[in-house]
Amino acid sequence: MNFPVMKAFRHPIPALSALWLVLVILAAILADLSPYDYDIQALSEAYRSPSAAHWLGTDEFGRDLLTRLIHGARTSLSVSVTAIAISVACGMALGAAAAWFGGWFDRAVTVTVDLTWSFPEILIALILVAIIGPGTTGTMVAIAVAYLAQFTRLTRAQILTLKGETFIEAARSLGAGNTHILTRHLLPNALAPVLVSAMLATGDAIILEATLGFFGLGAQPPVPSWGGMMSAGSALIFKAPWIIIFPGLMVAVTVVAINLAGDALVASLDIKAKLRGPI
Amino acid sequence: MSDLLSVTGLTKRFQSGGGLFQRPRAMMAVREVSFTLARGEVLGVVGESGCGKSTLARLVLRLIEPTGGELRFDGTDLRALSPAALRKMRQRMAMVFQDPYSSLDPRFTLAQILAEPFAVQGQTPPDPGAMLETVGLPATMAQSHPHQLSGGQRQRVGIARALALSPDLVVLDEPTASLDVSIQAQIVALLTRLRQDRGLTYLFISHDLGLVRYFCDRVLVMYLGAVVEVLPRADAPPRHPYTAALQASAFVPDPAQRRTLAALTGEIPSPFDLPPGCAFAGRCPRASDLCRTRRPALDQGPHPVACFHPLKD
Amino acid sequence: MSLLQLADVSVSIGQVALLDRISLSVGKGEILGLVGESGSGKSLTALAAMGLLPLIGGRITGGAVAFDGQDMAAMTEVQRRSLRGRRIGFVSQNPMTALDPVTRIGAQIDVVSRLHLGLTRAQARARTVDLLTQLRIPEAATVAEAWPHQLSGGMKQRIVIAMALAGDPDLIIADEPTTALDVTVQAQIIQILGALVRERGLALLLITHDMGVVAQLCDRVAVLYAGRLAEEGPTAPIFAAPGHPYTRALIGCIPTEGMAKGALQGIPGTVPGALAFPSGCRFHPRCPQAQALCRAEAPQGNPACHFPGGADV
Repeated sequence: MNFPVMKAFRHPIPALSALWLVLVILAAILADLSPYDYDIQALSEAYRSPSAAHWLGTDEFGRDLLTRLIHGARTSLSVSVTAIAISVACGMALGAAAAWFGGWFDRAVTVTVDLTWSFPEILIALILVAIIGPGTTGTMVAIAVAYLAQFTRLTRAQILTLKGETFIEAARSLGAGNTHILTRHLLPNALAPVLVSAMLATGDAIILEATLGFFGLGAQPPVPSWGGMMSAGSALIFKAPWIIIFPGLMVAVTVVAINLAGDALVASLDIKAKLRGPI
Repeated sequence: MSDLLSVTGLTKRFQSGGGLFQRPRAMMAVREVSFTLARGEVLGVVGESGCGKSTLARLVLRLIEPTGGELRFDGTDLRALSPAALRKMRQRMAMVFQDPYSSLDPRFTLAQILAEPFAVQGQTPPDPGAMLETVGLPATMAQSHPHQLSGGQRQRVGIARALALSPDLVVLDEPTASLDVSIQAQIVALLTRLRQDRGLTYLFISHDLGLVRYFCDRVLVMYLGAVVEVLPRADAPPRHPYTAALQASAFVPDPAQRRTLAALTGEIPSPFDLPPGCAFAGRCPRASDLCRTRRPALDQGPHPVACFHPLKD
Repeated sequence: MSLLQLADVSVSIGQVALLDRISLSVGKGEILGLVGESGSGKSLTALAAMGLLPLIGGRITGGAVAFDGQDMAAMTEVQRRSLRGRRIGFVSQNPMTALDPVTRIGAQIDVVSRLHLGLTRAQARARTVDLLTQLRIPEAATVAEAWPHQLSGGMKQRIVIAMALAGDPDLIIADEPTTALDVTVQAQIIQILGALVRERGLALLLITHDMGVVAQLCDRVAVLYAGRLAEEGPTAPIFAAPGHPYTRALIGCIPTEGMAKGALQGIPGTVPGALAFPSGCRFHPRCPQAQALCRAEAPQGNPACHFPGGADV
């Protein structure tokens, strides 16, 4: 592959970050191959510290922690990635429509978005989960709505800038209609910065998902989630510290990896912006 | 010779401001402009920034809607066309833009850029290589992106795109203003050749009177939205003091012909706040009290000029 | 006695050699025009003359820059910094970005003379108003209180020139000072610069791509192509009989009165990048009279051409 983007990952730190993310994603996909079952309790095996049989130890019900972390990756990643995907799709549609139509519709969207942005995301998410009810669907919708403002604003700003570019006027002078200009010029050009911002938001979404899980509002037992595991481990922090440490590390390292890889992407896109080249 | 384009009393009024704390202000970007453009002719429009020449270019193609006036293209009333009919009509009139950097979509390859005119008109695009070759670029460039090209090469792509659908009229909005003089000359030579080969009709917008006189058959001189003089031939001596000043400001590449430059002093007045008389009176060496109170109209002679005290023909 | 002298200056950025043995000199009361297309190395030469190459990661790899007889390489950075602004004034191409948008005009000029001449606030303001008046700015005291956004492009460029003059320099380096301006305003600025040199005995290094500007203003001209000097000498003889084909081509790029249609052809091709400098004479791929010798061997001398004056071969 010879995309300029690949250059972003030639340096060791972005490369290691990307490698970690690939591992986590693979773990989430192949979670069913894990050595133990995530939900079979074996009380005799409870509170085992890390050993050859249980690399990361076991929890209070004797379940293998590594297995639960791997299945937790599936929950955390699928919830946050789906949520951000929904958020990006809705945000782009809303932002593009606001920038395109302008007038009262634009003002209504802008005011609403600014209002939601003045609340912390966690507050919006908590309120929404309270309305929809706990569980993965609720968490997903809550995260999607919490980040909607960001993508709406970004897309709107991008489209507004692009609308003033001469190549839009040039397309019009050739006889292009609105659909052509939106789908062939405006949205594709707005996509790159939105996708980078979506990647960075996924890191935040993982934290938000873990937070909701920690409060018991995320995936319901026995389905493991990183937040839920930390919540269970918090009561046992002195008795079996590994139960909270490993999920915590998992969240931290994954989010840091997303941010570092995202920064490298941003840097490579900045160069692209100067050259006005393809992504 | 039939007129390809006929413009009568074309006017565009822009409004600005009008927020919470500002009263809206209006300006006449283009005021009562009339001209005809014969098939095969090259008509120049010259003036300084803010004189309305770029607005005029867009009005003529109905890329912006006129406030008033009449616009006939090959007998068709352009202002009466439905949006769909206008889009269809755009095959026959094209535009080349000033900034070759922002006029090409950075994500497109040259092949995609040159296919776009056909795509929007529902036609099958021909080989992009041949189109590149007509504007003097190698066919092998078809898969390049704009950022790999120099300014002059990009402008050639802009010209190829404008000519893609074989239009009758091409509006050239300062196509060389952001290029080096050496590249400007290349582009002008290319435009000359294409015109001869294809019998094109050009409306050529520029701030450079020397270039316009070289390239065009007739020249409209604009000042603050209005036509102040129509040079019936490219080499006609100026009658309006403003045209004379433009000519005197040109840098002739001959040290033996050094002249006292800058016949003009003062600044162009704000278009929002025009003086009651002739808009040029404040900078004009020939201005009288009459000029400061009444606005001169463009006379209807063989060499029209809007001036109470024109220079001798 | 030359004030600024570049003797065989070569410049590299990283491993890439960009300028090759450039020799220039500007004396008091003299205007030197440095011409060439974009990418010829004009601005790089200006940076080298001001000791500002480190800003862009460049360095002098051969030759020397001397200001008023002193080798700039032997100075400390502090000495060089006091030279710039105090004895060397710089006028940049884009007046829109050269001014601080959140500081009033007068204050921006005052600070230069307070810093470099040690004037008090009141003295500095008096000097600023005096300078603005010399630059033919009406109501200079009022303009000094204005914000940059309230002024036109031509006005801003005069403010930038005033800033360059505020430290009472001996040398002004102006990088395309009129390119972004309207023709009539260009003529005003060029006339002001010419008058300043004559009245104050300044030295002016004027960078431009327009041979017309050179012909109208400069005493001497240095033609730069792809990092090498093509030709250097007094303006009148060079325009009367250009020795280098590149000089001839640059002059021929400007449309003049009475030029036959189709006579304007421009220079084919583009300036090569530093990574692809051709062998021998770097102009040979674009030169109408290039011979085998031109491809093989770099010409020496002034003009740097194997067949100066277009010798028929």
